[in-house]
Amino acid sequence: MAGPSLMDSLFQRSLDDLIKGLRLHQPTSESTFISKSLDEIRREIKSTDPQTKSTALQKLNYLHSLHGLDMSWAAFHAIEVISSQNFQQKKVGYLAASLSFHSSTDVILLLTNQLRKDLSSNNVFEVSLALECLSMICTVDLARDLTPEIFTLLGSTKSFIKKKAIATVLRIFEKYPDAVRVCFKRLIENLESNDVGIVSAVMGVFCELALKEPKSYLPLAPEFYRILVDSRNNWVLIKVLKVFSKLAILEPRLAKRVVEPICEHMRRSGAKSLVFECVRTILSSLSEYESALKLAVEKVREFLVDDDPNLKYLGLQALLVVSLKHLWAVLENKDLVIKSLSDDDPNIKLEALQLVMAMVSEDNVHEICKVLISYALKSEPAFCNEILGSILSTCCRNVYEIIIDFDWYVSLLGEISRIPHCQNGEEIEKQLIDIGMRVKDVRSELVRVGRELMIDPALLGNPVIHRILSAAAWVSGEYVELSKNPFELMEALLQPRTILLPPSIRAIYVQSAFKVLIFCLYSYLFPDEAVASSPSLPVDLDPGVTSSISPKEFSESSDVVVTEPLADREMDEGFNPRDISQSLEDVSVGNGGDTVIAHEQTSCSATLKKDYFTQESIVKLLDLVERTLCPLMGTHEVEIQERVGNIRGLTELIKQELPEFLVHKERNVEGVKVKALEIVKLMHDAFLEELGPVSTSAQERVPIPEGLMLMENLGDLEGICGDIQLPIPSQFCFGRPHSGGRESTSLFNQQTDEESETSYECTSLLAEHRKRHGLYYLPSEKLETISNACPPAKDPQHSDDVNDDGQDLVKLTEQSLVPKKKPNRAKPRPVVVKLDEVDGITIAVSKPESKDYLISGAVREVLLGNEVSSAQHKLPDKSSNKRREKDKLDIDQPSETKENLANVGKSETSTSKKSKHHIPGKERKHKSSRTNADEREDVQKDKTKSGHHNPRHKARQRADDNVDVIAQTPVIPDFLL
Amino acid sequence: MGIRFILMVNKQGQTRLAQYFEYLTLEERRALEGEIVRKCLARNDQQCSFVEHRNYKIVYRRYASLFFLVGVDNEENELAILEFIHLLVETMDRHFGNVCELDIMFHLEKAHFMLEEMVMNGCIVETSKSNILTPIQLLDKAS
Repeated sequence: MAGPSLMDSLFQRSLDDLIKGLRLHQPTSESTFISKSLDEIRREIKSTDPQTKSTALQKLNYLHSLHGLDMSWAAFHAIEVISSQNFQQKKVGYLAASLSFHSSTDVILLLTNQLRKDLSSNNVFEVSLALECLSMICTVDLARDLTPEIFTLLGSTKSFIKKKAIATVLRIFEKYPDAVRVCFKRLIENLESNDVGIVSAVMGVFCELALKEPKSYLPLAPEFYRILVDSRNNWVLIKVLKVFSKLAILEPRLAKRVVEPICEHMRRSGAKSLVFECVRTILSSLSEYESALKLAVEKVREFLVDDDPNLKYLGLQALLVVSLKHLWAVLENKDLVIKSLSDDDPNIKLEALQLVMAMVSEDNVHEICKVLISYALKSEPAFCNEILGSILSTCCRNVYEIIIDFDWYVSLLGEISRIPHCQNGEEIEKQLIDIGMRVKDVRSELVRVGRELMIDPALLGNPVIHRILSAAAWVSGEYVELSKNPFELMEALLQPRTILLPPSIRAIYVQSAFKVLIFCLYSYLFPDEAVASSPSLPVDLDPGVTSSISPKEFSESSDVVVTEPLADREMDEGFNPRDISQSLEDVSVGNGGDTVIAHEQTSCSATLKKDYFTQESIVKLLDLVERTLCPLMGTHEVEIQERVGNIRGLTELIKQELPEFLVHKERNVEGVKVKALEIVKLMHDAFLEELGPVSTSAQERVPIPEGLMLMENLGDLEGICGDIQLPIPSQFCFGRPHSGGRESTSLFNQQTDEESETSYECTSLLAEHRKRHGLYYLPSEKLETISNACPPAKDPQHSDDVNDDGQDLVKLTEQSLVPKKKPNRAKPRPVVVKLDEVDGITIAVSKPESKDYLISGAVREVLLGNEVSSAQHKLPDKSSNKRREKDKLDIDQPSETKENLANVGKSETSTSKKSKHHIPGKERKHKSSRTNADEREDVQKDKTKSGHHNPRHKARQRADDNVDVIAQTPVIPDFLL
Repeated sequence: MGIRFILMVNKQGQTRLAQYFEYLTLEERRALEGEIVRKCLARNDQQCSFVEHRNYKIVYRRYASLFFLVGVDNEENELAILEFIHLLVETMDRHFGNVCELDIMFHLEKAHFMLEEMVMNGCIVETSKSNILTPIQLLDKAS
């Protein structure tokens, strides 16, 4: 690039020219113009003429801030311009620096001296420029080097400078906490200034500091209080209120003092911003003062009925703040909240929705959900999904805490799935399965809802629903014994349109079909055991099905009549007539009639099942399965192919051996061993194994076997896997049909858990691997027992899970009802399996950054005297760590602080300190708080001085005992009183 | 830190002034401005002036063809920020006389200068119009 010439300087484009040029150009040609201008700037900025240079920089500033051009390359030039003697040029330079410099700008250190010079300048405007720039670009080094200058400026007589220095101090503290020790006292002095601008600036600083770590600023409460009472400036008052909303939580006596002045502001002020701040302060921090709370809620209502959408929005937000502790405030404004659901503004609608959800309780969940669903149907898709999402998340809160009637909830889930815009498939899927695992009593309803979802062919075309369908399929397979018509389920699972599903979900469909098939075969082959032996059946059937059979008998039997011919018809339509089905069809119709008669004669579920699974229905079932699943053998999806292979192996085996079995059965030969029977029995038992919810910490509870080194380098595993990995692809990739015999053997390897089911190849490889490297595996039996024992481990209802005693269950549910004081509930709440972890979700407490702790630590030192600081100063890192731990403790136990405070009040009489910490019991606290009130009056006479003296004195005594001191630091008892 | 950024954007979505009180890279700024502008400009006058975006609250107000958008953190008082925006506009009005988009375009530095008088490090430090304008007027006289 050519150097700058005289011509450039003479005919330089000014900033105005640049802007005009930009305006002349169309958006298309703008970028070429900009890059041309940038070339000019690059040339001009190297000029030796300061004016040319600064104009170039000025143009660059413009392009940077409005057109997003990078200007970091010009950092050095900016520093050059800053050092100019001309104020205008200096200003351009400083603007450039504050726009583009940041902590990793390397030339920033070159600025230190210039800043120091300008900060000490006699020209206030130069000082102001330097301060503004410093407040934007301050780095640790700059903060450390310039702290003395800032300290001087804090004492400036010119308020124009002083307030800017105060605002800058905040940034200095953030970067260099040690500056607190130097500057903090001067900062405090300014709280008493008469200049509104200065007080406003100081309060701004304290507001920011106190929001991060309020505890340290408790000693300043008297100063803040004075401002709260005396100040007439709304900006300042708002800041002070923010500070008090943090402090009042920490110190109840302070809260008592400030509540009246705040109410006074609320009543008196005409400024909505101030009124709103008062309202928010009271709702968030002072809500235990009833009259104040009432006044605040009144104001909120005024906001809500106002025409201004801003006030309405804020009013709703304020209600949300208070909803947790004082729900009545929300209920009182229920009408307005519900009305806001149909507001024009989506933001207001969202706030209203949150409030509605806050109002939900177990008593009104039905009605509210009904109202919300009707709103959802009317709303545009985005808000509709917000509504549905919040219904789902509210209802599942705390393991479905508010749901009493799970049948209703499950059918609500079904209803939600069918809402056209519903995008919450994943959540619904999760909940359907979760409820199935947790709530035994609802499973039959779950199967019903699942069936309805699955037989609706329209739903298959909607990709959003697919996840829900997979849950429905899983439920149908898992709880097939509760189904009224397993054959129908099978048809739904195998319907041709399932081709629309993604492979992973199809695999679930196929697996569920497998479970249904096993169930049907089992029920047919072992008609007696099907009812008697299966461990989970009596519980599910006795209260659920058997009792409902007598009233529902008619519908049930008619169901059978309707569906059976339906199945036949479908076969006729869809496929060529086949030998067996054709020949059996007449019989089946006749048989159907027989079944009906059988139903009417006996209402015993055992006979129902027995007669339901006739030979021809089973044969048809097997046909259906073979016909629909055979084509899938060629699929490239491993998950599907494997499962289809398994099923096919089984059906072929059954078909071969079925006639033999029937012969035996006819002759009533006992003790005949048929291979297929064993498989069916085995599989059925395997599927009966109940799945429970898994605790999030389940894996942690698996004991680490002895001799297992978890941290050991597993590099050698690679070598082991290396020779195994090769053959896998070839086995998985080709859709090679499996021979039935081989599959039947693989069936024995089936896992109980559908999810963890692995293909035959995998199992064998794993087994081989396990044999060779047993060291890396957990002992298999142990794992099994743990996974089974895990879900109900901590569950008080565990016993009935195992015993399956219907009576016990009833007793337990009754018991669980007693403490709830709702005897008139029509339906007892079913047992919901809970894991302890779910209740005690650990809330991640957001810890302030360490810098904040350094600041607050320094602040405490300044406020509580230097004696402490000298002790702590020597080991800044360690002490800050300790401090953090200690702080956390204190925050967790506010009552302890209270006690401490109370004790300090007494310390004038008693000198023993250690014992005070160990005074247990709540009576003590009550007592002390009362005596405290008396003492307060005494101390009040001595005024603040004695209050100051007291903790400081104590602190000195304990300077050697670091931890203790920190625990005591908030002990600034009677400043206010 | 109270106020985190101040944007002035015209109806077409072009940024006319951008002042950030925390460091964001150019890409972050561009993305943030794009998202916020899209969100706010889509709203009508009957809707409230507050939009939540990422971890910011955006308080905005429209004056003729210009949108004033202020990003604040969650603790800030929204109504006070609305008043601040109004104060800013009144101050500019007093200086430029019926301020319009072009005034800000051609006097970007002055606009920054005014803002710097009003806000430092995200805190509002000056709320008196005449105090805010004094340095600028002195500067105008000097040049």
